[in-house]
Amino acid sequence: MPETDRRPASNLPPLSLHIPEPRYRPGDTPDFGDIAVPAVDATPRPSEATKPDAMRDLCYGLVRVLDFDGQAKGQWDPKLSPERLRTMLRYMMLVRAFDDRMFRAQRQGKTSFYMKCTGEEATSVASTMALDRADMCFPSYRQQGILIARDYPLIQMMNQIYSNRGDHLLGRQLPIMYSAPAHGFFSVSGNLATQYPQAVGWAMASASKGDSRIATVWCGEGSSAEGDFHSALTFATVYNAPVIFNVVNNQWAISSFSGFAGGERTTFAARAVGYGIAGLRIDGNDPLAVYAATQWAADRARTNNGPTLIEHFTYRSEGHSTSDDPSAYRPADEASAWPFGDPIARLRQHLETLGEWDGARHEAQRAELEDLVKTTQKQSEKLGILGHGMHQPFETMFQDVFEDMPWHLKEQCTQMLAEQEAKFGPDWKPE
Amino acid sequence: MSTDTQTATKTMNMIEAINSAMDVMLERDSNVVVMGEDVGYFGGVFRATAGLQKKHGKTRVFDTPINECGIIGVAVGMGAYGLRPVPEIQFADYIYPGLDQLVSEAARLRYRSANDYICPMTVRTPFGGGIFGGQTHSQSPESIMTHICGVKTVIPSNPYDAKGLLIAAIEDNDPVVFLEPKRIYNGPFSGYYDRPVEPWSKHPASAVPEGHYRIELGKAATVREGEALTVLAYGTMVHVVKTIVEELKVDAEIIDLRTLLPLDIDAIEASVKKTGRCLVIHEATRTSGFGAELAALVQERCFYHLEAPVERVTGFDTPYPHSLEWAYFPGPVRIATALTKILKD
Repeated sequence: MPETDRRPASNLPPLSLHIPEPRYRPGDTPDFGDIAVPAVDATPRPSEATKPDAMRDLCYGLVRVLDFDGQAKGQWDPKLSPERLRTMLRYMMLVRAFDDRMFRAQRQGKTSFYMKCTGEEATSVASTMALDRADMCFPSYRQQGILIARDYPLIQMMNQIYSNRGDHLLGRQLPIMYSAPAHGFFSVSGNLATQYPQAVGWAMASASKGDSRIATVWCGEGSSAEGDFHSALTFATVYNAPVIFNVVNNQWAISSFSGFAGGERTTFAARAVGYGIAGLRIDGNDPLAVYAATQWAADRARTNNGPTLIEHFTYRSEGHSTSDDPSAYRPADEASAWPFGDPIARLRQHLETLGEWDGARHEAQRAELEDLVKTTQKQSEKLGILGHGMHQPFETMFQDVFEDMPWHLKEQCTQMLAEQEAKFGPDWKPE
Repeated sequence: MSTDTQTATKTMNMIEAINSAMDVMLERDSNVVVMGEDVGYFGGVFRATAGLQKKHGKTRVFDTPINECGIIGVAVGMGAYGLRPVPEIQFADYIYPGLDQLVSEAARLRYRSANDYICPMTVRTPFGGGIFGGQTHSQSPESIMTHICGVKTVIPSNPYDAKGLLIAAIEDNDPVVFLEPKRIYNGPFSGYYDRPVEPWSKHPASAVPEGHYRIELGKAATVREGEALTVLAYGTMVHVVKTIVEELKVDAEIIDLRTLLPLDIDAIEASVKKTGRCLVIHEATRTSGFGAELAALVQERCFYHLEAPVERVTGFDTPYPHSLEWAYFPGPVRIATALTKILKD
């Protein structure tokens, strides 16, 4: 008899299976009133050498620096100069301008795919600014802010997105899967959380060589469910690796809310507790909290005090990607109900409160950055857009599978070149 | 073969030769690191890393958590930093938790980053049956490896080759899966499980130079020249099939492939065109096994020279059984039957 046909054999109460369900679906009115928002100065900042078991509270609290009136307060305030704050604001605004333009380019049919990080700009921009320039970043797919904060040329990002003649990845990768070794930016995979153990390996190598550089890595709360995440934390704690783990908890993994990664039961920062590493849960929409937490974790790693897991509590304001329609699974106005606001608006407000910024400067900068993105886009499009001509010599398809091309790939390349000639004639050149 | 340094030769079994290859590379290149489950202080469950931690230190040769995804994943990151990691997976049967890191990461890193990053990693792992390992310590996953774009697959069949190939693999700038046939770690296997095992010391390939030498990846070796048919073999099966053809006085030409990818197609083609018959042999399961690829290549390239259909001798399409191990193993009876069939026309 199949198990599914068995009837209860006793008078015990029947078991029930729990399937997580987000609180709000399309048509509902979201209310996040029950999310605990501790006061900005409520969280003490321990020394970077504190043992993980002496700072567990930080895995369940919320590190904040900026209050909702634009004031920076408390022990975590990194006390950045106005100049530095303005740089941070500029980078975040540039990310947003870039995202808006590239999203539109995809909608105009100029490329296949794009992913915005709207509302999450601080989690990569402020984080990168707190690192040394030589530290190594292992991004997931929504960390374009790292490249922007390290002044990677916008045109190279666009060339990659368009898979055009200027794309140094030769059109091999899906848009936004950048690679930039000179900017300490690892090749983006597209398989989730695979970069987690890789970052630990890089950090282990750095430590074994007596280097001073550390590694830092990002994933979403959804992909923290992957085995690679847990492999990475195990290796990191075993070898006390100088690495910072960022979990960007933006509440949504495509249509799956954080409950499908275990978010109903505990925080993602609390994953650190079981591994005996330091964990910080922070307001990911507060750029100063992101900066301060990263600086703390970087100091800790650099002084051989081990890894840190940072949960950036934030909200994915837009769809997962251009292939997604979030209105099909969550209320359309959920983002505006999010109690932690918008990171750009909050930093702007802080600078204005300090008297270091004003509305006119803000609008001028927005216009300037939009213009910069637009001008760069025009230059990039001169090198081609996806689907309008083939931009790479066909034989590049076979290069770099191995350092030297083995006979079977040479044979297949010859076959493909014959196909190319049959279709396009002998004089075809990349467009 | 190329030898940089003239060194004395020593009699070694496969384990000692593999150990010597890592020892030489740890000495020559400070970026080489050896890691895996039990490989450090203890020296590995098969003793392949014995003494290496003591000699080269704990940051060069160390134990890892029991986590193959982590082992291969951190090796990818170490490679990106500039190290040349040599991770061990304790049994090839355990490689599957690390397969995503191998297939989607290590193998494609050079390609997807257009040479921004490379993965100069050599994954060593014992494979194959014949030691009563049951279904989780006996598998032969080589065709899973050869199906990955961007990974080289190497299988030595004797101590001399094992050392030269492993050094070449470690020095290679692409990821290599180095499958070690564990049945022949201590001596070549005749295929007769009920006969005493010959030690390697009686085999000429146990004379191994103590220093550095390389055997180029992608080059097969002719183990026995012959006219009646070509046998394509690798690993343990090289010795098994050699025993049987000699017993049956079949004038077989035996090609030890040594590297499955990139494959030495010229050696295969030349031999099959000469003999007109081809037997492919492996211990792995039959369907979609590497023998299927070999049979396809031979018929594509040598069809008009063939006097009989290409014959496959393989393991069966079942999990590797424990008690019935020798009924599963492609041994003397299965080989003799295939030889009779392929030679009868």
